Amino acid sequence: MPAPDCRLGVDVGGTNTDAVIMDTADRVIAKAKVPGTPDITGGIVAAVGAVLGAPGAGAGRISHVMLGTTHATNAVLERRNLRRVAVLRIGGPATYSIRPMFGWPPDLVAAVSVGATIVDGGIEFDGQDLSPLDTDAIARFLGRVGGAADGIAITSVFAPVSPRHELMAAEIVKRELGDVHVSLSHEIGSIGLLERENATILNGALAGVARDVASAMRDALAAHGLRPVTFFAQNDGTLMSLDQALRYPVLTIGSGPANSVRGAAFLTGISDSLVADVGGTSTDLGVLANGFPRESSQGVEIGGIRTNFRMPDLVTIALGGGTVVSGDPGDVRIGPRSVGYRLEREALVFGGTTPTLTDSAVAAGRASLGTVPLGKGPASAGGHRALLSGALAKADVMLAEAIDRVKTSRDDRPLIAVGGGSILVPDRLPGVSEIIRPEHFDAANAVGAAIASVSGQVDRIFHLGPGGRQAALDEARDEARERAVAAGADPAAVHIIEIEEIPLAYLTSPAVRIRVKAAGALGGVPDHHLQARLAQQARLAGI
Amino acid sequence: MKRLLDPDSLRALARGCAVLGAGGGGDPYLGLLQALQAAEDFGPAVLVDLDELPGDSLIMPCGGIGAPTVSVEKIENGDEGARLREHLEFLTGRRVAALMAAEIGGSNGLLPITWAARMGLPVADADGMGRAFPEVPQVTMHLAGISPSPAVMTDERGNLVIFQTISGQWMERLERAAAVEFGGAASSTEFTLTAAQARGATVRGSVSLAIRIGEAVTGAEGSPVDALVAAVGGFRLITGKILDVERRTTSGFARGSVIVEGLGPDAGRLIRLELQNENLVALERGRVLASVPDLISVLDSETADAIVTERIAYGQRVTVIAFACDPVWRTEKGIMIAGPRAFGYDFDYLPVEELAGASA
Repeated sequence: MPAPDCRLGVDVGGTNTDAVIMDTADRVIAKAKVPGTPDITGGIVAAVGAVLGAPGAGAGRISHVMLGTTHATNAVLERRNLRRVAVLRIGGPATYSIRPMFGWPPDLVAAVSVGATIVDGGIEFDGQDLSPLDTDAIARFLGRVGGAADGIAITSVFAPVSPRHELMAAEIVKRELGDVHVSLSHEIGSIGLLERENATILNGALAGVARDVASAMRDALAAHGLRPVTFFAQNDGTLMSLDQALRYPVLTIGSGPANSVRGAAFLTGISDSLVADVGGTSTDLGVLANGFPRESSQGVEIGGIRTNFRMPDLVTIALGGGTVVSGDPGDVRIGPRSVGYRLEREALVFGGTTPTLTDSAVAAGRASLGTVPLGKGPASAGGHRALLSGALAKADVMLAEAIDRVKTSRDDRPLIAVGGGSILVPDRLPGVSEIIRPEHFDAANAVGAAIASVSGQVDRIFHLGPGGRQAALDEARDEARERAVAAGADPAAVHIIEIEEIPLAYLTSPAVRIRVKAAGALGGVPDHHLQARLAQQARLAGI
Repeated sequence: MKRLLDPDSLRALARGCAVLGAGGGGDPYLGLLQALQAAEDFGPAVLVDLDELPGDSLIMPCGGIGAPTVSVEKIENGDEGARLREHLEFLTGRRVAALMAAEIGGSNGLLPITWAARMGLPVADADGMGRAFPEVPQVTMHLAGISPSPAVMTDERGNLVIFQTISGQWMERLERAAAVEFGGAASSTEFTLTAAQARGATVRGSVSLAIRIGEAVTGAEGSPVDALVAAVGGFRLITGKILDVERRTTSGFARGSVIVEGLGPDAGRLIRLELQNENLVALERGRVLASVPDLISVLDSETADAIVTERIAYGQRVTVIAFACDPVWRTEKGIMIAGPRAFGYDFDYLPVEELAGASA
């Protein structure tokens, strides 16, 4: 039997769970799409089972698993399965004018927090101490709340400039409470204290969700006798190891759309383009830049909480294959209701009675699917024809407007259409030079997970010394590369994929915020290393 | 008329401060959270008209100075205002009767309200700009010949510097340098004056104007943008989308230009905005539609939220509006300090009513 050499990519979405198996030549050798279940485990087990059972899949050949999920977002929205966090802010005597979690929905505070405090410490933008770290106050706080906390969220002022106070605080936590889950803000967000602190608290709250997903995955694979190395896809479309994902689950919260964009890039070989991921209920429009999803420059809100962590910059509209068409030909209405996973029962082309955009696409000849020719089903097609074509024209306008909103320049750009609902996308759209429909378009998200690379990022303020801007940029680039390699990237394959410079206004001394990201293919994993990692994963996941 | 600055008023005020920031002054989001927390913990501050205060009562103009990037990270302690007041009282030998925002535009419109609530002092319904400007002496008190000295600056730790300078320009220079040493941002008071002086040396009613702007938007039955334009008596320059953004940084200021392409009734039109922290000039085919010291604000066409210059991005659906500054900025001295030539433009100031009004 050949050595394990195939990758299994799994994407757990809101409606469906997709899985693909890819071989060493990056060919899709099996794929499966199954409806999701209320508990995440069922969907993962079914999708993994379906794809491993496919002919020629070679279940025994799986060496790596890459998992993407939007499960964490729903846990926050539904206040479900959240862990209890002690919130430690290091920044006194600054920052008291807005206490931690001020303005959060009270029920979320109640679900998440066992207490919060601000202690003296923190960093200035030039790297000096804002004030000395009050280690005694940290120990006192931990003594007070430690017993009730599942995790500790630690945020220091200007941690992106220097994480030293957060690291010192983490040592104290270890001394006082042992192996409790610790979230450090400098690993999670960038400049913007409150947003970064919010993301760090949510991270602690999501630790249990991450563990559930990890063990669901482990169970699904164990049922097939598999113990591959497991990675999680993160918000920027790159991978993190299982142990990282368990420590920083919030960084996986936007991995679904990121995977679709990466999958679109891989399936087409294009590195700069627009991407439309059309699902059953909604369409995400994103931008593929240099092979990766463009990230939002502003913070992302999750469940009413402002955060500032890395997320794909998306325009989302309520337009999907299952979107319901109503009204009359003179006044067509589209959605926002969708028949969702019931498409194959309720849509006209499947013999149902609900006109959907899928019916519109079929009527217009953009797709041929379904079990019943239009006009032959129980619903009368006469009135529907005009309605369906009117709806499609309106949907095209919605799509064109959304494309324009997500673009960064006025030039026409190519668009890659992926997702099960992408049959809706017409062959011509304003602002689009060319529409590309790759093979396996319906599993682009799982493909994106399977082919993902590993990244490292730097985002901090640099003071321009004698070497000026160039020296600061070089330092940032080297640091980003080192981080990518530390995360598992092949040193020979690491490239800088993003550089952003933001000069600091209203200051007389020259300083600039530099953000650099490096990414590269997963490095070859030697056997002893693999064994060590497997053992570590098993320990961390409580296996 | 006295008015309590309760949470609803504060939310409206924050919206209004963003509009009056004319693109600058920083996002009032953190300022709003601070004011809401102070109102919750200490009770709401009271807004007073300058006419309600005895003529000899002392007004403390105040706010934050420094880099927005620092302010979003090293948030204030909250006691800075009390410390400024204590030392100003020591220096003048008199009690402070009310606080006043030096700058209503952006986050500085809210900071004095947080401090006032914490001290139980009223806030004067006035400010020193009626908008946002980048430099310390660009205030109406300076136009009225009020001395910026003695000025007091403090940080969250309790460090404190007293400034006694020979001019507004020296005040700008020394305070800016001290703010860097404090960690890039600090709190300060300059141009202390009496209520009698303030009646002729400030932009009056600017806090209630900001609240009215916010209330007009949230209470709008039709288009929030229309309601806002009516509230400020302004002109709609263009409704369209951002087509191009160009940024460059020179000597500490974020400069740049933005192209807005007209949509709908404005299809075919292009307007260029010149920025330097604030929106300074609006041009169409080389013709000036509005310029400093009049206010130019970029609004989200749907929500009427003001968009600060650093957040303008391609594709945003925007409506650009312009409206008149306080008349004091239209005097010879006002135009010299804050007109187009003060920002390096080679043309004379004309009021927005004559420019945009003529083409509207």
